[in-house]
Amino acid sequence: MLKHVFATLVSGSLILGAAAAQAQEAITGAGATFPYPVYSQWADAYQDKSGVGLNYQAIGSGGGIQQITAKTVTFGASDAPMTKEELDKNGLLQWPMVMGGVVAAFHVDGIDGAINLDGKTLADIYQGKISRWNDEAIAKLNPDMELPDTKITPVYRAEGSGTNFLFTHYLSQVSQDFANTVGEGKSVAWPAGVGAKANAGVASQIANTNGAIGYVEFAYAAQNDLHLVHLKNKAGKTVAPDMDSFMAAAANADWKNAPGMYLVLTNQPGDNSWPITGASFILMHKQVQNVDAARQALEFFDWAYSNGDKMAKELDYVPMPKNVADMVRESWSEIKGPNGEAVWKQ
Amino acid sequence: MATPQAIQTGGGLGGLSEATRKRLQRKARIDVWFERVLFAFAFAVLLLLGAIIASLIASSWPALERYGLEFFTENRWAANVEVFGALPAIYGTLLTSFIAIVIAVPISFGIAIFLTELCPNVLRQPLSTLIELLAGIPSIIYGMWGMEVMAPLLRTWFPSVFPAGTGLATAGIILAVMIIPFITAVSRDVINTVPAVMRESAYGLGCTTWEVARRVILPSVKRGLVGGVVLGLGRALGETMAVTFVIGNNLFLNPTLTGQGTSIAALIANQFSESDGTQRSALLALGLILFLITFAVLAFARYLLRNSTGRHA
Repeated sequence: MLKHVFATLVSGSLILGAAAAQAQEAITGAGATFPYPVYSQWADAYQDKSGVGLNYQAIGSGGGIQQITAKTVTFGASDAPMTKEELDKNGLLQWPMVMGGVVAAFHVDGIDGAINLDGKTLADIYQGKISRWNDEAIAKLNPDMELPDTKITPVYRAEGSGTNFLFTHYLSQVSQDFANTVGEGKSVAWPAGVGAKANAGVASQIANTNGAIGYVEFAYAAQNDLHLVHLKNKAGKTVAPDMDSFMAAAANADWKNAPGMYLVLTNQPGDNSWPITGASFILMHKQVQNVDAARQALEFFDWAYSNGDKMAKELDYVPMPKNVADMVRESWSEIKGPNGEAVWKQ
Repeated sequence: MATPQAIQTGGGLGGLSEATRKRLQRKARIDVWFERVLFAFAFAVLLLLGAIIASLIASSWPALERYGLEFFTENRWAANVEVFGALPAIYGTLLTSFIAIVIAVPISFGIAIFLTELCPNVLRQPLSTLIELLAGIPSIIYGMWGMEVMAPLLRTWFPSVFPAGTGLATAGIILAVMIIPFITAVSRDVINTVPAVMRESAYGLGCTTWEVARRVILPSVKRGLVGGVVLGLGRALGETMAVTFVIGNNLFLNPTLTGQGTSIAALIANQFSESDGTQRSALLALGLILFLITFAVLAFARYLLRNSTGRHA
């Protein structure tokens, strides 16, 4: 009896092993954690259709850039774009794959619903210059609101992340002082407040602290019912963070004139634009050795541009507009195999 | 016990039969190899330690060379502008461990003395087991508990001391809870080694329980107790996950007890995965510093122990 069970187990594991070996025909990629949920959703659907799987390691944007530079993966993914010079130095091609918004959330006992802020005030709060919720600057933006004399506790992401990059990039654009003393980056030294780990840590710190304000990815805020901050955008209009205002920011983005597609979508013009929007990027080598692997990856991205919009929206990501997707497809002609022939053919 | 060499030379074995001598020689050869293998195991640890230090120094060299003394005097760690000051992290590491030891040592010794001297027999085993269970809880659980339960409680009870709930002192308290089971377990075991006759004679002379604990038990096992404390301190210095959750992760030097700060382990855990170039090298230099701090603490404990042996007898 036992022998029988053992034999079944062994043969079963052999079959599974064979299946696993077959599944090695997968696209390999590594990088940003922010788009990971939507990439894996796309990959699932794509595998059902085409049989080609995706092996994506969400190790962080920095890790993704390292892996693609070392050529250990077919594509890398990063939330912070690389500049044209960096791309040329490493022979890489870059394009935006999906977009998302970063939103500010707060928790003040006595304030229900939303509160209005502008970029300058937000930067001052995060520098510790505004430390009470009934500060004049906040009161002026919320004339009809009764603001309590509660201490403000700014909450930030402690670990290096693309969310940090987008948020500090925005604050650096709207406040010269912030740009000089703190600056933009994936890890910065915040002069005031508390650092929490990941979106979940920030959300929980906000929920637990009366007077806290923090920033998280929109997808996370939407799923956790946080009180959101409405921000005054570049056009001077106060907008609520939602799919429409992210789309508006994305629609105004001028990808065509961005060298190397280096574009951070913070502080975009337009009446309805949410000011802290950003794209997540894919990186691939222009000169590839393994033509089949590169073609498989491009076929997957092509499929995701054409069929992935609904899935992205369900997960609160913003899909790339069609004209941008077409532009990206055109840029793929720069990816060439060892014989100099383009890997991607329309 | 004859040494293998003596057997192999066969000098003293003249009177034995050929077969017996061969058997003895074979056993001696096995013994020689046994010793060699054990030596290799022990030596491998040394080799590994040396290799770790060497690779840490090699990979942190670019940052140390570039920043020099600045690495230890700069008061903030701002990766985006490439300003790397190790001071906030060193301060946080030492302070949180110090707070943890100050809280944990008296409590642990108290528990250990209670368990060995005062505890009713029925309770002894269950209590010991519970404390050992505490030692088995993964540190991420302590971190989540600290963030979700303890920090909010501290904020509600002492809003002026813990305005955010998190901070250096909060991390120290969590660390204390984490190392109490270690120190307690070691202390209980060493106190158990005190011969019953010593206690009984002390009680017989009319000592109170306090006097027996203070004058007889603690001095006679001082060595073992310090060993337990060092074990706890070692864990506190390197603890990462739980600390990251509650320390506040502020990268400026904030020389207060309850302010927001960071520790070496927490800073490395937060930034390592997204780092490259100079930042990665600087983080590895932090690792080297943590290594040296731990080393220095252990050496200091050894030194204390050596000086205390006089009272042992």
